[in-house]
Amino acid sequence: MAFDSLSGFLAMGGHGVYVWAAWGVTALLLLGVVLHAHAERRALLRHLRRRVRREQHHGASGGATTPVSHQEGHARES
Amino acid sequence: MWAFIHKLGSPKWFYAISARLQPWFWVAAAVLILVGSAWGLAFAPADYQQGNSFRIIYVHVPAAFLAQSIFVSMAVAGFIFMVWKIKIADMAAAMMAPLGAAMTFVALFSGAVWGVPTWGTWWMWDARLTSMLILLFLYFGVIALRGAFSSRDSASRAASVLAMVGVINIPIIKYSVDWWYTLHQPATFSVTSRPAMPMEMWAPLLIMVLGFYCFFIALTLMRTRSEILRRESSKRWVRELAGEVS
Repeated sequence: MAFDSLSGFLAMGGHGVYVWAAWGVTALLLLGVVLHAHAERRALLRHLRRRVRREQHHGASGGATTPVSHQEGHARES
Repeated sequence: MWAFIHKLGSPKWFYAISARLQPWFWVAAAVLILVGSAWGLAFAPADYQQGNSFRIIYVHVPAAFLAQSIFVSMAVAGFIFMVWKIKIADMAAAMMAPLGAAMTFVALFSGAVWGVPTWGTWWMWDARLTSMLILLFLYFGVIALRGAFSSRDSASRAASVLAMVGVINIPIIKYSVDWWYTLHQPATFSVTSRPAMPMEMWAPLLIMVLGFYCFFIALTLMRTRSEILRRESSKRWVRELAGEVS
C-alpha cells in the first residue's frame, strides 16, 4: 500500500486533481460506451420483434414464421 | 482455408460464435481492469521524480495503445472488405470506430492533464501530441464518411479507403518520439529490452493494457452482433432470432 490513509489516497500527494480527472474521464467513457452498446442491442431487438410481429399480423411475405402467414405467402406466390 | 474464411465471414456463423466468446472477454476485461486499477492507484510505489501524478500512466498508455491498435484493425478490416467483399469485416470496422475515437480522446486528455504538473503545460505542438490529434481527426473523418452516403456500400468503401490511407499516421505516431525532439518520453514497453521501471510499476500497467484489449474485443463482438441485427434484419434467421431472444 502506497498510502497510509484514505485522505492521503484521495490527495495523491497534491496531484489528486490531475490523477482523478484523468481516471474519472476514462472510467466515465468506458462505462458510457458499455451502456450505449447495451441500449443499442435492446433497441434493435425491440425494433426487430415489432417488425416481425407486424408483418405476421398483416400476412406480409418474407421471413414470416407462423403457419397462417406461410400459407398466405405461398398462396400469393403461386 | 477458404471454407473457413467464408464461414467466418458469414454473419449467421459469426453471430453464434461471438455469443460464446463474448462473456469470456467481458469477464477478463472486468477482472484485469479492476485488479490493474487497484494495484496502479493504491499499491504501486510513487515515482521518485513525478510523485503520484505518474499514476495517470495506467490509463494513458492503455488508451493510447488501443487508439492506435483500433485504427490498424479498421484498416485491416477495410482491406479484407475491399479485397474479399466480406461484409462482417466492414460491420466490425464500423462498430469499432467510436471506441477508437474515445480512446484517442482519453489518451490526449489524460496526457494533457498529466502534462500540467510534469511539463508545466497541458499542450505542446510537438510531434507525438500533434500526430495523436491527427489520429482523432482521422477517426472523426471515418465516422463522418459513413454517415455521408445514402448508399451503404459507397459509405463502406469510402470509410475503408480512408482507414487504409490514414493508417500511415500510425508509424508516424510510434516513431515520432525517436524522429523528432519531443517533450514526450520514449516508449515504456519494448520487445527487445526490459522495462526501465521496477516490476511493481510495470506489472499493473501490463494488466491494464491487457484489460483494455479484452474490453475492445468484447465490445466489438457485442456491437458487431447488433450491427448484424441492423443490416441483416430481412434475413429469415435473424427474424427467427427475434422470436427466441426475449
